[in-house]
Amino acid sequence: MKWKRKDLLGLQDLSAEEIALVLDTAASMKEILSRPIKKVPALRGRVVANVFYEPSTRTRVSFELAAKYLSAESVSITASASSVVKGESLKDTALTLAAMGADVVVLRHPLAGAPHLVARTVRCAVINAGDGFHEHPTQALLDLFTVREKKGTLAGLTVAIIGDILHSRVARSNIWGFTKMGARVRLCGPATMMPPGIEVTGARVCATVEEALEGADVVMALRIQKERQQEGLFPSLREYTGLFGLTRERLALARPDALVMHPGPMNRGVEISAAVADGPRAVITEQVTNGVAVRMALLYLLAGGGAVDG
Amino acid sequence: MDRLLLKGGRVVDPVEKKIWTADVLIDGGRIAALGPDLEPAGAAVMDVRGKLVCPGFIDMHVHLREPGYEAKETIETGSRAAARGGFTAVVCMPNTDPVADNKAVIAYIKARAEQLGLVRVYPVGAITRGSRGEELTEMAALKEAGAVALSDDGRPVSSASVMRRAMLYARMVGLPIISHCEDTSLSAGGVMHEGYMSTILGLPGIPAAAEEVMVAREIILAEHTGCRVHIAHVSTAGSVRLIREAKSRGVPVTAEATPHHLTLTHRAVAGYDTSTKVNPPLRSEEDVQALREALADGTIDVIATDHAPHTPEEKEVEYQLAPFGVVGLETAVGLVWTELVGTGILSPVEAVCKLSLNPARILGLPGGVIRVGGEADITVIDPHAEEVVDPSAFASKGRNTPFAGRRLRGLPVATIVRGRVVFSRGLAVVA
Repeated sequence: MKWKRKDLLGLQDLSAEEIALVLDTAASMKEILSRPIKKVPALRGRVVANVFYEPSTRTRVSFELAAKYLSAESVSITASASSVVKGESLKDTALTLAAMGADVVVLRHPLAGAPHLVARTVRCAVINAGDGFHEHPTQALLDLFTVREKKGTLAGLTVAIIGDILHSRVARSNIWGFTKMGARVRLCGPATMMPPGIEVTGARVCATVEEALEGADVVMALRIQKERQQEGLFPSLREYTGLFGLTRERLALARPDALVMHPGPMNRGVEISAAVADGPRAVITEQVTNGVAVRMALLYLLAGGGAVDG
Repeated sequence: MDRLLLKGGRVVDPVEKKIWTADVLIDGGRIAALGPDLEPAGAAVMDVRGKLVCPGFIDMHVHLREPGYEAKETIETGSRAAARGGFTAVVCMPNTDPVADNKAVIAYIKARAEQLGLVRVYPVGAITRGSRGEELTEMAALKEAGAVALSDDGRPVSSASVMRRAMLYARMVGLPIISHCEDTSLSAGGVMHEGYMSTILGLPGIPAAAEEVMVAREIILAEHTGCRVHIAHVSTAGSVRLIREAKSRGVPVTAEATPHHLTLTHRAVAGYDTSTKVNPPLRSEEDVQALREALADGTIDVIATDHAPHTPEEKEVEYQLAPFGVVGLETAVGLVWTELVGTGILSPVEAVCKLSLNPARILGLPGGVIRVGGEADITVIDPHAEEVVDPSAFASKGRNTPFAGRRLRGLPVATIVRGRVVFSRGLAVVA
């Protein structure tokens, strides 16, 4: 099949075939990354604008490198350094970038739906690099890629996502992605951070972390943010770790070959113990490598690049 | 045009609960005669055969924005929008700048409306100074200047103690209190209904409880103080249950619902179109169903629009940054006829009760029924006329409607205020 979409705004919109196409393309890209000279001319002359309204290291660098490896020109703009501080609206920023010739706008924004506003405004492609609590589709695609690479398939797997689901765009995108690819998703977290009606996505909410982990093939721990305690959403990190922390003892409930994932950055000793994070089942650093391959695939598909080996 | 004869229409009488074929003769701003086959005797004649001749519709919840926010709307553009939408009178909320918490602002609004001579404009005075929720306004003075009710609308009085005293005082003065029910500690940060759609879209939710907690408080305070309380824009099934139960015990409470809460659900927010951002938010399917039942069984007395115009610049932003509010004056009647009368939820007579008689009774306004000797405020409906909603054709400055492109059947075709035709479409008047 061929890629037909102008934008990648979320995995909710994508079909299983489209997700598979991205993952297959990413596999070719990963092969390029293993070469001594990691550069192909596929997107020569194309311009990628990384627009980050929120601090991010790994996602931004990952997109920058992905663009470079494909020979695209890339510019990165962070909110504080741009005219945003002068009060320019998102709509005008988007129009300006498009007028300067950007082929792809990669947008990270603290407010849900911001990429939709940009996508409606400009004719060039828009990639959602995380919008508020809505979606983080490229993170989920790299998670899917990592699991598929390790397990050979996604269909039939059981994935447990543990933590603050309410404020997690990673969780939402992963629920859509894994569910569409035929996996079952279980969720567990504090009741105050479990969004209402999440079951409509096809995920199942578990009452205890033990229930969620039992026989799981993939275990994903989410970052818990200290500020949520000040907001009154949970009483203390100590209690959180006691109830939901991913420890070796708890991990023993999952399948012996279960993968441990974390979208980063980690709070070691809080949502995940150091022993688990550094243990043999963790694929956390491989997630980062695969992130570059997946983003290369997306830039390539959305910018309509030529042959990969050019 | 001093004398006008409406010829051959079906006159809707919401008091006698009947529709009958009769002519209406208007003379000097009053109804001079009502009955079959009246002679023109020199009056201009408007042919209204096949049309419903209704007592003038009263929208008891609008924001005209003047003074202070004239980029969004003015008394003039809002009045023209009302006339175009079939409303002969509007009741405007006090959240202007300055707030309508003193005689001068109330007097200004009334004077400006009279100068325009379009629709009747009845101002609502603030409950507290600056709508800050602390000190009571001079309610007697506001009433004397022309305020027909008291409300802090979008800045609801959070202190139960202040509201209790406001009710005691308002009862003494003889004005009802209109309450926008929202516990802001529960709604804080929220931009849409809290439910599966807010979960999917990743937008902060406003739980139904934020409204229901406050509805319960207002009912309890109304019962203890004896003050007449009107619950604005009811949006949840839980609020409906509370109001129904309170009415059954004789608590002096009335309620309204908006056309958008009666016809749209939170699913409309998918795509992050800011013209769906409204407070209270568009709720779940179950809530909409409950509102429709409450409308049919009389728990909800009034349909009011909460017409809230904003500029395109304010709305063309990220969903969370956009202001709350949708315009409603020019789509309300068409939506009521298409979605509520056309589907059998309301009879035409019941619809006219919700749009005219009940708001007139709740606020003690003239109109609500066509009677010889009464004010000649009349709305003519063509139940077969159709249009597709085109915001660019609105008389309102606001274009922020979630109904653009929707086909409506059953439209206002003439609006007559004090015997003067302030709006008509497709109707011939022969002198």
